[in-house]
Order: sequence, then structure tokens, then C-alpha cells
Amino acid sequence: MLKRHLLKPLLGLTAALALATGALAADPLKIVYIGKNTGNPYFDSITGGFEDACKKLGCDFKFVAPATAEATSQIPFIEAQIQRGVNVIGIAPNSPDAIVKVLDSARAKGILVLTVNGDITGNESHRDATILPTNFDKVGGDQVEMVGSLIGYEGEIAILSATTEAPDQNKWIVGMKDTLAKDPKYSKMKLVATVYGDDQPEKSTTEMEALLSNYPNLKGVIAPTTVGIAAAAQVVQQRKLADKVHVTGLGLPSEMRPFIKDGTVKAFQLWSPYNEGWLSVYFAKGVLDKSVKNEVGASFDVPNLGKTTINAGNSINTQASLTTFDAKNIDDYHF
Amino acid sequence: MSAIDRPAPIARREAAAPRPNWQVMLVRPESMTFLLLILGIVVGSQLSQYFLDINYILKSFTLSAEFAIAALVLTMVIISGEIDLSAASNMALSACLFAYAQKAGTPLPVAVAIGLGAGLFMGAINAFMIVGLQLPSIIVTIGTLTLYRGLAQVIAGDKSIRVPEEFIGIDNILIYGVPLPVILFTALSIILGVTLGGTIFGRQIYLVGTNEVAARHAGVRSKRIKTLLFLAMGLTGAIAGLMTASRLGSVRYDLGLGGELQMVLMAMLGGCYIFGGRGTILGTFLAAWLLVIVTTGMIVADWLPAYQLCVLGVLLIVSIIATNLIYSRAER
Repeated sequence: MLKRHLLKPLLGLTAALALATGALAADPLKIVYIGKNTGNPYFDSITGGFEDACKKLGCDFKFVAPATAEATSQIPFIEAQIQRGVNVIGIAPNSPDAIVKVLDSARAKGILVLTVNGDITGNESHRDATILPTNFDKVGGDQVEMVGSLIGYEGEIAILSATTEAPDQNKWIVGMKDTLAKDPKYSKMKLVATVYGDDQPEKSTTEMEALLSNYPNLKGVIAPTTVGIAAAAQVVQQRKLADKVHVTGLGLPSEMRPFIKDGTVKAFQLWSPYNEGWLSVYFAKGVLDKSVKNEVGASFDVPNLGKTTINAGNSINTQASLTTFDAKNIDDYHF
Repeated sequence: MSAIDRPAPIARREAAAPRPNWQVMLVRPESMTFLLLILGIVVGSQLSQYFLDINYILKSFTLSAEFAIAALVLTMVIISGEIDLSAASNMALSACLFAYAQKAGTPLPVAVAIGLGAGLFMGAINAFMIVGLQLPSIIVTIGTLTLYRGLAQVIAGDKSIRVPEEFIGIDNILIYGVPLPVILFTALSIILGVTLGGTIFGRQIYLVGTNEVAARHAGVRSKRIKTLLFLAMGLTGAIAGLMTASRLGSVRYDLGLGGELQMVLMAMLGGCYIFGGRGTILGTFLAAWLLVIVTTGMIVADWLPAYQLCVLGVLLIVSIIATNLIYSRAER
């Protein structure tokens, strides 16, 4: 009896609310970004880009994320955003397939679904577009130019990588070797060794120390992994070799800040997660007000980033080449 | 000696006045679960204007319907004085076996049978060790929790296995607007509720959980009852696993990861007594809804997961304290 009495008015209220939600459709664009999990500084930076762009364009923005990065933990969050009637869902997918069905139901409701900073590989037809940091084909070349500029384009260099099987790492190493072999600009640079620190600080440190004793004339080290570059910098810092051996590679500004500050590392690279958020908003807004066509080959302008082209598979890169971090700009980045 | 001389006063002192009927009917753990459920709905609708939509709530329920279904059978296992923490791993292993079999070319009905059979077999393993070898169920099922999950990873590896199109989408089948998983959960609640509360078999489960030695002396075949319950748990785990596979459209070894805690949480929130002998299906039924209402309400209001976890923790503690108070009152 109690149950029936209480439920009746509630059901009435439900109907009233359903009507109210319909009437709210003319509101500003509602954009949500669903992270892999909470408490990840990398996502703070992406979110910062979303926030600033939304402020500029007058959109509503929300960041939500589950507590853990399991395959299915994002599903209730996607359902909730569908229910909230957002216009755009950006998501860093925790799984390439478990979320596919709920993404489909979001798209069926007319929501623009973007994967940001990671894609649902193999299920690309279940999202509208993907926004990725950079074209990974060019990372190798960029890194060779980086180390070349540090050592005056002359002398012995080595690579400190992660694991022997990591696909991204191997792609970049091939790119580095190609650039060194083909571009006459780098003809006086010699790659003497490629070693693997397995993305473990201890092993990376050991490998770095071995490089220093095996190749006394070593002038530069490229570590295209955040763990490797930090370990290599640590070794150079302890041995006070910063003037002799130049360490660079791909690193996180937050981890590398002390090494930049004390001069151990002059410069290193990565992409800007901030720009991923920034670009996503401009792209989404453009697609929804029909000023941007979500078609392969189409292009559009993004403030600060310039002309951006939609690549094969509706994939968009935020930057053509990597961002370089040095003493001048390191304090502007917080991830 | 004196007790024989003066029996009457003692009898009078020990027997307190019987509790009024309304108290017996209403002061029960399930009433508290029900009140919390109403409170959850009211608070949820205050937190977000998007919350009070029956279709959304039903849809959200399908996300944990599999755990809720397993929690119903788990409630009976707990009432019998045992526990089964391996049910979520069972879900993963039976779903992986099913997906693996159909991927290898087995016809769909046979693959389903393989999945269900695997679940039953896993239940039998638990039963053998707990009932046959008399090992404590919490230890045994922590072991099988790890083992079944490990085997699932051996079979599926780190990759996910696609499920055939015709098997996908149990949550999209609507009967009078209600998703099929919700119907199944409700139907199973009624069947198990009647079995537990209204049959001799059901009363025997309570007896076994209250005092197994006494139950056996009274002629209750406690071993057979427990074996049946673990088999039922295994089969239900497999059904829940296949339902999850159908809902997600793909299977991975980490399907239902951590679900055992959700199941126990539902049983506890529903007033089930962890040491056995007490609890009802109605309680677990209400608790499953309570959990969905509370989590959905917080998610749609964009609460941070940290706060969500705190609220769930407080909810569980409150319900356990209340359950204990109510039971100790009832004992007086």
C-alpha cells in the first residue's frame, strides 16, 4: 500500500520531467569528456583544453570519469550523459569493444561521438571521428632533428627505448634510422647502439650506465619513452655529464622539470594533450553547426593550431610535429 | 533446586510481552532497505532533473541486472551459512568458454550449453570442496575466484572475443517497455522468494544456516541442500555471464571483474545476515534497486567517483548497523 501511494506521484513527476527536458533543447551546446579514470594529471591537461575552448565558444563543458579504468566502467557514465541530453561525447576509451554498443545508442540519439587521445581500434565505425595528438609517422624524424640540434649535428648517438616489442617505439626507431640514413643533414651523426630499458626505472638506469661506459665518445641519447628519458637524465645528473652527453626524447614536463631547471636536459619533446581538448571543441562545434564537414580530406581552421585536415579513418591530429619543451616554456605545462 | 520449587515467577520473568503484530511486520531489515530506496529516489530527483525517468532507470538497472540475478541465489547460499565469492569469475569463465566455442565453429545452442555446463561444473567443484571435503567456503571460493578468472584469461588471452550478432542485445529486448534482464530478475525474485519463504525446502535452508548440527539431528539433509545451492549458484553465474556477453557484444577475461563484492553488497544491504540463518529474497530484490538508484542518481548528477564510493560505504555501514539492531531487538 505504502509503495503504491508513493510511486503514483513519482510517475506523474517523471512524465512532467520528460516534457521539461524536451523544452530545454535550445540550450548552449553541451559537451562532455569521459576520461579513462579520475586522478590522472594527463587528463587534467586535455580537460584544460576543452574548458578553455568551451569558454571561448560559449559551450557547457563537463569532465567525468569512473574510479577505475576497467573495460566496462565507462558504460554507466555514457548512459548518464545520453540521459542528460548532451550534444557531444568525447571519450578516452578504456576498451576498444565493450563500450561500442552504448556508443551506438548515443549516436542513435544524435550525439556526436569523438574518441580523444585513444581510439576504438577495429571498431572505428562506431564513433564519428577520433582526435589523436600527432602523426606517429613523423616522431622519429622530429627526434633526430632534436638530438642533432643539441649536439651540433655531429658525433655518436644512442637510443634508449622501452621494450623490444612495443609497436610505437619500433615505428619511431625505424623512422629515426631512416632519417639518419637518408637526410644528408645528419650524415655526420652515427647511431652506435639501441638498448631497451623495458620502461622500468632500474633497468633503464643500468642500460644508460652501460651506454656511457661502452661508448666514451657518446654525445647524445634519444629516449622516446617517459620512463627512459627520466632514468637517463638521472644518470647524467648524478655523474655530472650534462656538458658532454645530451639526453633528449619524449618526456612528461612534470617529471622532467627538475632536469630542465638544473640544466641536465636542454630540451625534450612530447605532444600537447591540451590541444587535443582545444581542437575537439572547435571540431565538434563546427560539425554541429554544419560549418565543418566530417569527411576524409575536408579541412577546417582552429585558432592557434591553424588549418587542420581530416585524415583517413576520420582521424584528426592536433599537431603536425611534436612540441619541444625547454627552460623557456616548461613552466607553462602541468602534466 | 529452587527452580523446581518456584517455576512460575521465573517463567514470567523470562517471557516478555509478545511484540505487537505491526512491529513484527514492519521492524525488519527489508523495511529499512525500502525506506532507503524511497529516500534514494527523492534525493536522486533533487540532485538532477534527468534522474526521474523510468526508462532511464530501467536501462541503468540492466547494467547490473546480471549481478543482481546472481545476488538472489547468493542470498540463499549466505542464508544456508556459506558464501560464494567465485560467482563473478564464474561469469567470466563461462562467457569465455561460450565465446571461444562459438568462435571455433560450434553451433550457437551448443556453445550456450557449453557455457551453462561449465557454470554448473564450477558450482560442482565448489560444492565438492565445501560440502564434500568440509573446507570453509570463504577460503575455497576465494581460491576458485582467482582460479576461474585465471582460466578465463588462459582461454581468451588479453584479446576480446566477439559474440555472434544474433546473440547480442538481450538488454534491447523490451516486453511492455521493460528490458528483458529486468523481467528475468523480477521473475527469479518471485520464484526464489516463494521457494525460500513458502516451501519446506526453503525453511530447511534457514534451519541449516541457523544451526547445522541441530538441523541434521532433525533429519534435514544439510549436505544435499548445500550441494544444490552451490550448483544453482554455478548455473546462475553462467546465465549471468552469458547475459553480460549478450549485453556487451564481446567477451573478455575481465568480464564482471569485482562483481562478487557488488553481489555481497546487495545481499547485505537487503538485510541478509552474513553468518547465515537470516535474510530474504525481498530484501535483496529491494537492495539491488537501491544500489542502482543510488549509483545512477550520483552518476547522472555528475558526482565525482570519490564521493560516490563514500556514499556507498556509508550506506553499507548504516544498513549493517540497522540490520544488527533489528535482529537483536527481535531476539529479545
